Amino acid sequence: MTQVKAAMAGTVFTVNVAVGDEVRVGQTIIVLESMKMEIPVETEVSGNVASINVQVGDFVNEEDVLAVIEG
Amino acid sequence: MTNMTEQTTYNEKLQERIDKVFAGGHPKYHEKLKEQNKLFVRDRLKLLFDDGKYMEDGRFANCEADDLPADGVVTAIGEVNGQTVCVMANDSTVKAGSWGSRTVEKIIRIQEIAEKNRVPMLYLVDSAGARITDQLDMFPNRRGAGRIFHNQVRLSGFIPQICILFGPSAAGGAYIPAFCDIVIMVEGNASMYLGSPRMAEKVIGEKVTLEEMGGARMHCTVSGCGDVLVDSEEKAISEARRYLTYFPANFTEKPSMKEAVAAKAGRTLEEIIPENQNAPFDMCEAIDALIDEGSFFDIKKLFAPELITGLARIEGQPVGIIANQPKVKGGVLFVDSADKAAKFINLCDAFSIPLLFLADVPGFMIGTKVERDGIIRHGAKLIMAMSSATVPKISVVVRKAYGAGLYAMAGPAFEPDVCIALPTAQIAVMGPEAAVNAVYSNKIEAIEDPKEKIAFVQAKHKEYKEEIDIYKMASELIIDEIIAPSSLREVLAARFRFYSTKEVPLPPKKHPVYPV
Repeated sequence: MTQVKAAMAGTVFTVNVAVGDEVRVGQTIIVLESMKMEIPVETEVSGNVASINVQVGDFVNEEDVLAVIEG
Repeated sequence: MTNMTEQTTYNEKLQERIDKVFAGGHPKYHEKLKEQNKLFVRDRLKLLFDDGKYMEDGRFANCEADDLPADGVVTAIGEVNGQTVCVMANDSTVKAGSWGSRTVEKIIRIQEIAEKNRVPMLYLVDSAGARITDQLDMFPNRRGAGRIFHNQVRLSGFIPQICILFGPSAAGGAYIPAFCDIVIMVEGNASMYLGSPRMAEKVIGEKVTLEEMGGARMHCTVSGCGDVLVDSEEKAISEARRYLTYFPANFTEKPSMKEAVAAKAGRTLEEIIPENQNAPFDMCEAIDALIDEGSFFDIKKLFAPELITGLARIEGQPVGIIANQPKVKGGVLFVDSADKAAKFINLCDAFSIPLLFLADVPGFMIGTKVERDGIIRHGAKLIMAMSSATVPKISVVVRKAYGAGLYAMAGPAFEPDVCIALPTAQIAVMGPEAAVNAVYSNKIEAIEDPKEKIAFVQAKHKEYKEEIDIYKMASELIIDEIIAPSSLREVLAARFRFYSTKEVPLPPKKHPVYPV
């Protein structure tokens, strides 16, 4: 299980994957919006999406867990 | 005949003593080096110096003791890329490279030689720290270990100081890298810490591995104490040699020119920079389009990667590049990126390396997290370093420069020699969305019809964009020049040549009050 965390505070702009999806290293799974910039959040591991902990529009803080990848 | 025989005996005795010194510590410690993929100190020096040649002082230090050849440190003078340098190099086969009184005296003396001869000083560190049994002789006195750090501070900005960390640099010894201009660390073996994991467990009850406490990767990614992470000793030494090519011997000289090399073939700036101001792109690719191919020396690549700092050449001229990286955290400035830029600017300014700022910055990060981390204090460090740098400074607004981001990236008020904008650039206190929201939020709220609301916001966006139009900025002389991305490299090369005679008289004072 690997946690995918927010690198900086912002709001969730898009969620690009669903629970159960197969993802590869470096794939953008969520995009945050912060300081009016789009901040892609990539997974550092390959595997399946075990959970997504946020919805579009949610505020997240730095280090918050956005999703969990099993693999 | 007798004399000749006597002479031969003397020479044989000398050779015997030299051989003993050159052999270093006990063979079992040499075996250990091999297990750790480490080189013997004298082999490191052979790789470092041109043709492997160097001269040594204090070779016989502590030779009357049986097991302390050179007292655990080699101090040498020789040439790197044809330029004279002084070196101190720990021998970890001798009492784990620990410092006795003669070790410390040798290090102090080689620093003094570097100062008198105005040549770079390299520290090849692999040491367990103080020899506790000898503490009275090596620790507290005027020429005790503290003097090494005092000398480093004295030499800082006078001559380049480079640290290659091959092994531990423990407790007080950890300040040798801390006072160097740059620290190259070998992954797996290099470490830096004030208290070892064993000490931490005893004193504060924390259980932690050496790698977590002070490993090379941690220091190059988290603490920022390391600048360049490499995977072998050979690479560490070749990177140190390459780094030195960008620097003069001391602050009174200028860095040397090299033959111009064409930029790497690849996409053009027009192709690299997206039209959507908010979309990320890779600034490294943009840098490649501007500099001589293969000339980039990335400093702190893994630390605060939302800002790129590195040495490069443009048509053969050395430059220091500070560039926002929109691909990471939107290129926003954080506490660590501000700190990283401040040290890099100080380094370049100290040794007459001109600065190129490539701005694509939404501003400094906001929010409780960064306020508590002291973003204002760290931002002030960056702005002071940038503002007080007197080397040629060129500021290029690549795409956007909002708020204090414009200031941090050598905006017009900070006396860049020229502020250039690409035609796509936007300069403003904040971006259009944020600005319209800030000014008209009550009005927007009050409009009930959704269509009318969108129309109002769009109209205000348009108005705002006209207000911050780059030609309007140029018309008001806010920026000095707008140029096509395709001619940027050529323009930068020519301008850096023009500014090479720049001198800035400063009001007399002792030094600023650093916001550190």
